[in-house]
Amino acid sequence: MKLSETMRIAWESITKNKIRSLLTMLGIIIGVAAVIMVVSISAGTEATISDQITSLGSNLVFITSNFGRGGPQSFRSGTNNSLTFDDATALTQLSGVNGVTVEQNASETIKANSVTLTDVEVLGTTLDFPTVRDMKIASGNFFTQDEIDHKEKVAVLGSSLATQLFGTTDPVGQYVMVGTTRLAVIGVFEPRGSVGGTDFDGRLYTPITVVFEKFTPSQFARFLGNSVRLIYVKVDDQKNLDNTVTQIESLLAKRHNETLDNLSFSVTTQQDIISTQESTTAAFRSLLAWVAGVSLIVGGIGIMNIMLVSVTERTREIGIRQSVGATADDIRIQFLAEALLISIFGGLIGLIVGFVGSWLFGAISSMRTVIVPSSILLAFLSAATVGIFFGYYPANKAAQLDPIEALRYE
Amino acid sequence: MNKHIIIETIDLKKIYGMGDASVAALNGVSIQIEQGEFVAIMGPSGSGKSTLMHILGCLSRPTDGKYILDGDDVSNLENKQLAMIRNKKIGFVFQAYNLLARTTALRNVMLPLMYDRADHKTQEENEERARAMLARVGLEKRMDHEPQELSGGQQQRVAVARALINNPVLLIGDEPTGNLDSHSGEEIMGLFHEIHAQGATIAIVTHDPKIAAHTQRTISLQDGIIKEVIHNGHDKSVWAREEAQS
Repeated sequence: MKLSETMRIAWESITKNKIRSLLTMLGIIIGVAAVIMVVSISAGTEATISDQITSLGSNLVFITSNFGRGGPQSFRSGTNNSLTFDDATALTQLSGVNGVTVEQNASETIKANSVTLTDVEVLGTTLDFPTVRDMKIASGNFFTQDEIDHKEKVAVLGSSLATQLFGTTDPVGQYVMVGTTRLAVIGVFEPRGSVGGTDFDGRLYTPITVVFEKFTPSQFARFLGNSVRLIYVKVDDQKNLDNTVTQIESLLAKRHNETLDNLSFSVTTQQDIISTQESTTAAFRSLLAWVAGVSLIVGGIGIMNIMLVSVTERTREIGIRQSVGATADDIRIQFLAEALLISIFGGLIGLIVGFVGSWLFGAISSMRTVIVPSSILLAFLSAATVGIFFGYYPANKAAQLDPIEALRYE
Repeated sequence: MNKHIIIETIDLKKIYGMGDASVAALNGVSIQIEQGEFVAIMGPSGSGKSTLMHILGCLSRPTDGKYILDGDDVSNLENKQLAMIRNKKIGFVFQAYNLLARTTALRNVMLPLMYDRADHKTQEENEERARAMLARVGLEKRMDHEPQELSGGQQQRVAVARALINNPVLLIGDEPTGNLDSHSGEEIMGLFHEIHAQGATIAIVTHDPKIAAHTQRTISLQDGIIKEVIHNGHDKSVWAREEAQS
């Protein structure tokens, strides 16, 4: 029998029982939609991660104290080994290092003229901050080493904070009250946006020495003295990254009297973070892929079930076809075509549901979704595989019917 | 007179079951049917006439013995070959019409063409053939009707058209008038006579002596063997025609 004729018969059979066919497709629809959404969500997550990392500033290296991870008690016991402000300063001497910065943050109420903002993040930092974190000054200047050393009460505003406090007037030369301390505004940053939950534009930047002296938020932090949790290092070129990491490790090991295989701190490159996050995404993706797989199998069982019903219902028809010359292959192909058509049609609907669902998911939730064109192929392949796999048994059952028995069937 | 033999069975046996529990539905049946013959196979239920019809129609194989159809031994063919023989050489007309539901008369008649592997004609050519065949059985106005819109007699005409579409060497009727009222039954028998007059070889399985009386020869079966063969005495038209041809 010609393929077009086979497909026509399969199509007629499906459309004769519209509701039943649709219900049969449901499993496939859900399965394929899940596949599409899985792919979109994980692609979206990956895109978000890579965007975040790009905007963190390129060639960034993070140095964290391992002792910091155990909480205050380990801090106390490990005070000698904590990273210090002097460590950061020492790192600037290394070749390949473009900039080193540390941060200490606090939360304060800020007043300027008639405007009062509560719980604004005040970030104490150092000279290299704009270089390391890729921030550009829009007007005025960033603070100098001299201002840091002398604990000058100066501030640089994030762009949105500047607007909130001063509207359209230029804040440079004005004053802000941070808690009980008056700071002179000497510069405003260009907008940078929100990165990984950090709003660069809503913060007030001031010399780290000022934060230590005026805004150190708790007894716990005061206890730390000049120790720092996190040092950011900007490497000049991607090529020098590994070499610089090695240099940082040996320099800090020497300063802390440690051996390289037993360091009290970790040096993390952006690449490490990308790898970690990629493997997290991969785990997420494979989990969801299992969910999709299970739905497809359940959908396949649905197809098998309904095809078995269909074969029984159409026993007489099979007998008629056999009596006029249909071979076992003809019958098998006819029922396989029907199963395949149901699954592919379900796959098509699932594809649309998946795309719309991905779009809705991206629009409603904070998670980003990216439609991946190649997932169309994946969806059709999985639907077709399910159709053929689960359609084969009923089709074969139909093909094996004895024509005499089939013709007698009432 | 060089008569071509369409059907020849030699000591045909069909045994169901094994050993002591075995039942012989056919226990050695030898018949010959010549080209252009119109034959009835009669017998009470359980006589083996349905089994014989199934074997003659290549729907099943004999357990023992030989069946030669149109010069070929088909006793031991595979299912696939049997299906192809049914397609090319056999036309069935069943008691229950056995048309595909919700499928037009035209498409029902075209069905055997769909399974013809040697057929390379276009859909249009096949449709044309089916239309011509429906016209031949007097249904030119009912081609696009589905079975449920047709009377029993009309449905059986569609079935006859379907049986003839592939120019089979043998037309088998299985109680073809069994589901029809006497008027429609007469009409169908009239149609069989017409087809016979055009040269077809026909075998009708029936338990009705009145139907059997329409044919040239009645083969009566009982308990799986031939009980008697009766010549019904209206062979003349056929012999006359065959003599004219030779």
